[in-house]
Amino acid sequence: MKSLLSEAWLVASKDLRIEARSRVLTNQVAPFAVLVLVLFGFALDADQRTLRMFAPGLFWVAVLLCLLLAVQRSSAVESADDAATGLRMAGLAPAAVFLGKSAAIFVQLLVLELLLTAGIIVFYGSSVKNLFLWLIAGLVTALAVATTGMLYGALASGLGVRETLLPILLLPVLAPVLIGATRAYDDALGAAAVDGWAWTGLLAMFAVVASTLGALAYGALVED
Amino acid sequence: MTNPTSSVATTGSPGSRALGLATLAGLVGLLVLAFVLTEPDVRIHPSTGQEIGQFDAVRLLYLHVPMAVITYVAYSLAAFASAGYLIKRTPWWDVTAHAAAEVGTVFCFLVLVTGSIWGRPVWNTWWEWGDVRLMTTLILFLMFVGYLALRRTAADPRVQARRAAVVALVAIVDLPLVNRSVEWWENRTLHQKSTLGELKIEDLTLFTLMVGFLVFLMVFSWLLLHRFRVGWLTLAAGEHQVAAAIKERRAEADGSGVASAVGETS
Amino acid sequence: MVRVGGRRRYRYGVPVIQLCDVVALLGRFPALAGASLSVEAGETVLLQGPNGAGKTTLLRLCAGLVRPESGQAQVLGHDLSVDGRPVRRQVAMLGHATGLYEDLSVAENVSFWAQAAGLDKSLAAQRATGALGRMGLDERLLSLPVSRLSAGQRRRASLAALAVRRPQLWLLDEPHAGLDQTGRNVVDELISDAVAAGATVLVASHELERVRSLNPRVVTVAGGLIVKDTGGPK
Repeated sequence: MKSLLSEAWLVASKDLRIEARSRVLTNQVAPFAVLVLVLFGFALDADQRTLRMFAPGLFWVAVLLCLLLAVQRSSAVESADDAATGLRMAGLAPAAVFLGKSAAIFVQLLVLELLLTAGIIVFYGSSVKNLFLWLIAGLVTALAVATTGMLYGALASGLGVRETLLPILLLPVLAPVLIGATRAYDDALGAAAVDGWAWTGLLAMFAVVASTLGALAYGALVED
Repeated sequence: MTNPTSSVATTGSPGSRALGLATLAGLVGLLVLAFVLTEPDVRIHPSTGQEIGQFDAVRLLYLHVPMAVITYVAYSLAAFASAGYLIKRTPWWDVTAHAAAEVGTVFCFLVLVTGSIWGRPVWNTWWEWGDVRLMTTLILFLMFVGYLALRRTAADPRVQARRAAVVALVAIVDLPLVNRSVEWWENRTLHQKSTLGELKIEDLTLFTLMVGFLVFLMVFSWLLLHRFRVGWLTLAAGEHQVAAAIKERRAEADGSGVASAVGETS
Repeated sequence: MVRVGGRRRYRYGVPVIQLCDVVALLGRFPALAGASLSVEAGETVLLQGPNGAGKTTLLRLCAGLVRPESGQAQVLGHDLSVDGRPVRRQVAMLGHATGLYEDLSVAENVSFWAQAAGLDKSLAAQRATGALGRMGLDERLLSLPVSRLSAGQRRRASLAALAVRRPQLWLLDEPHAGLDQTGRNVVDELISDAVAAGATVLVASHELERVRSLNPRVVTVAGGLIVKDTGGPK
């Protein structure tokens, strides 16, 4: 267990260091996230009251779009010069690689969520009514989508059609997460009167199942 | 059981032909029952005296409901066979899973279409967002569209089999969560359990529904059987190709100008 | 088999690689069509043969990266048809790609791979410095991101990342490719050092004259088979 966690930490810190150096997140993904919020504003041609009502859903759709980019980036880092083979040769536990790379995506999503929250406050006039719920639901959802995204990134990698296959495989599976996270943020942002904590519970369940299943299945996917 | 042989040269066999004919006859019988012999759903409102009910639209349910059940049977089979593949790693399980998933997706599509057509007169809308079963079925459909997309990639057969098995299993594990979330989402459903209960379950109605289940089970079995055999033959053709390629490759070694093989070291 | 320092070491005379009639497929293409080969600990083996003969697949199979389709394949005492993982962690494989992360520095890359192989941080850094020095990489280069390096420099860094693991079995696929004269000499030194330390080395190369100076056993691969062998275990 200890070695699993330390190996996962090694992989996660490596990925985060690469992101810190390459600045793909800050230079490309983050502006894209803000752009999505602005595009929603144009598309809905709405006053701030309507946007405020839809803000939770738009927020999470933007997160999912960014997730696709983050997962593809995470996978591209390994395939660029076949470091993936190196990881297999190193004898790292596949579960550790899965958890480490998921953790790196998780951290990046948290940064994006912070940015998007600022975005909906500025552009849509939303306000965080329940800070604690906003925080917990944000953490749990990021974990759920990061682990699921990582698993599906592995499923779609190495086939030459990663970019197009990943969304159709990943997004339907995340439907319950989108619904749940939107409802939780409806509550946290005061957009609708629902029980956000119940939804957060569902999200937590999803996150636990996704991390466990992912850690178990990842080995079978990358071996041979 | 694990080695595909070339003994099966066609996807048809006397048994499957008999099943096919019986299925065809059953389908005709079902259509006659559903669209001619049964009565439309017409009831009289107790207080206003107006005619209410689903009228002729109810006839679609004789097709829609059995197909929906078969869809879930097919996908369960696909998930079960996927688990079987991950445990046993033999091609039989993989071909079964692929066949079940593909046939299941055809059924699932038909379920969505017939449901939508039925919904137009009865619910007064082609699509009802708040309906749990409708949304769950749609997401299920989309997940297996992804599964089939993965199946169409040019990956190494074994890599593809393993990944597809994981996709099918995750889809089934995810399904209860989809269902739950949609249910909580709107907390209402048009698909009330009473949809069937509302009908006057007369002898003929119930009989037609039962015939529907049986006939669509036969359609499913026939399609599955043939799809499985296509998969099995493809596999056999692949093995045949590999065997030929090995022979060719060895000939290449002999013709390479180097003396006889001395690789066999003692 | 005796255990040294928690790791299995193999006695001389016990084959490190034992392949018998091995078929390996790439998709549907039989890259190996029934290859048999036995290599003992401490041997230096040169694999030669035309392009497409199956040399790379033979090396990847021995590394536990390609699973045998049929036949028996044992490396370091592990059956490859069962699981390649225990083999992989004891083997260093240099392929056509370098396996380096473009955005990390040379030192960070080598240190990461050392840690990934199970060394703790300080030991990893120490061995990384040593290996990079032996590969003749200038100290100024070590803090540069890999993306700034030339192809030859990357190859040396890649070899350093393998050397830190002190593997028992080296599988080198065209190790001289893209290297200048000094680089080639460095590779030759690496191979003789490894052999001197008791490791087994398989080299696939077209640089026959260069490798011959190491006095290897020469194995010719063609059409997915071993067609000629200057000497095997007696």
